[in-house]
Amino acid sequence: MFEPSSPWRLHPQVAVRPEPFGALLYHFGTRKLSFLKNRTILAVIESLDEHPTVASALVAAGVGPDQEAPYLHALGVLAASNMLVRKDLQ
Amino acid sequence: MTSVAPVPRLIEQFERGLDAPICLTWELTYACNLACVHCLSSSGKRDPRELSTAQCKAIIDELERMQVFYVNIGGGEPTVRPDFWELVDYATEHHVGVKFSTNGVRITAEVAARLAASDYVDVQISLDGATAEVNDAVRGEGSFAMAIRALENLAEAGFTDSKISVVVTRHNVSQLDDFKALADRYGATLRITRLRPSGRGADVWDELHPTADQQVELYNWLVAKGDRVLTGDSFFHLAGLGAPGALAGLNMCGAGRVVCLIDPVGDVYACPFAIHDRFLAGNTASDGSFDNVWKNSALFTQLRQPQSAGACGSCGHYDACRGGCMAAKFFTGLPLDGPDPECVEGYGAPALAAARDKPRPGADHSRGKPIMLTLQRPPAKPCNESPV
Repeated sequence: MFEPSSPWRLHPQVAVRPEPFGALLYHFGTRKLSFLKNRTILAVIESLDEHPTVASALVAAGVGPDQEAPYLHALGVLAASNMLVRKDLQ
Repeated sequence: MTSVAPVPRLIEQFERGLDAPICLTWELTYACNLACVHCLSSSGKRDPRELSTAQCKAIIDELERMQVFYVNIGGGEPTVRPDFWELVDYATEHHVGVKFSTNGVRITAEVAARLAASDYVDVQISLDGATAEVNDAVRGEGSFAMAIRALENLAEAGFTDSKISVVVTRHNVSQLDDFKALADRYGATLRITRLRPSGRGADVWDELHPTADQQVELYNWLVAKGDRVLTGDSFFHLAGLGAPGALAGLNMCGAGRVVCLIDPVGDVYACPFAIHDRFLAGNTASDGSFDNVWKNSALFTQLRQPQSAGACGSCGHYDACRGGCMAAKFFTGLPLDGPDPECVEGYGAPALAAARDKPRPGADHSRGKPIMLTLQRPPAKPCNESPV
């Protein structure tokens, strides 16, 4: 279950390739490809490691409460496909 | 939900090309122990100019720098290269995942055990019939047994999720459920792709490509059961048969935009089905590097410009199929800015029926001319047999 008040990070087998439109993510374990459709979500993902929660990463990337819904949705999708993992449940 | 700046659809972004391919096909050798009648690369004999081990490793280094996530290695039969396993290991050590296609010839129990120990290698066993009769008619006698032995060895070694890779033809489209059952038996995933008139495929396409009715059957099967079947997004020419998005995947032509082919001598083509001078972008050695060819070749630059819908411009399905497959049109002798030969509206049919000037494949490494075996099918019902 994806919960933004929890600590998450990129799965260690996921590679991130920045692109003009955002980024490509590739999971070497599941062989799944995902697309980040803007640079803000890329910044959020890349900063997850430095933040205790997803919520604080969003704030740091300048995503306010009125803007966060699509980002939370995207992060939830990434968590469901194992691109993101809980930091505290390793 | 309103504050995210609108971005063009992903497919439009991709049509303008990426800084590096998402994945690419790399045919490591034109040498092959088989002589499939529809071989997309007209393989058989090794090309004396084949890239050396060092040259291959240099390309892998480049792919790592460009962050190409994985390569689809094929041939020819790639495992007959003496340095094949060395190159596979080198790629995975350098963060380039490997998926390789094989007819199974070298997938012994020992090799299967070795493969089972790696997390970063996918194996695709090619099979073009769910029975020996249908398979061997196009791939050669004994090739079904060889592929099944490879699948058995992989399953016994504990290799999880091998792939069975099927080119859909007129003779095997009715076996899709059988292929799925075969895949399930070996803990494998089924992968089906479109038959292209490329390489020797040009010679047999007219008689092997699925009929219009079979295309509909195939489409319906994919929509109903395709969620656990891989397609390489190769059936985008059928997208117009149903609702947008009904077919899984990106469903666009990625040639020179998100994919390409490196052939055994380092020639870079727009896609694996386009081995011809018309689609040759450059060479990894004579043009300095793969990166240079990908980023700067005249051909790829042109492919990343908006393409003319041509004769398809007034068709309501154009958004779905984008005019279909460039290679399929080219090698059947149809204009590139017109309908696909297997256009779901049937717009390709008149052009196919007319006189056509089919271009010859660029590089032919065939050992003689393979002959397709005639299928001896029992009549579906005894009364269908002619009493005379």
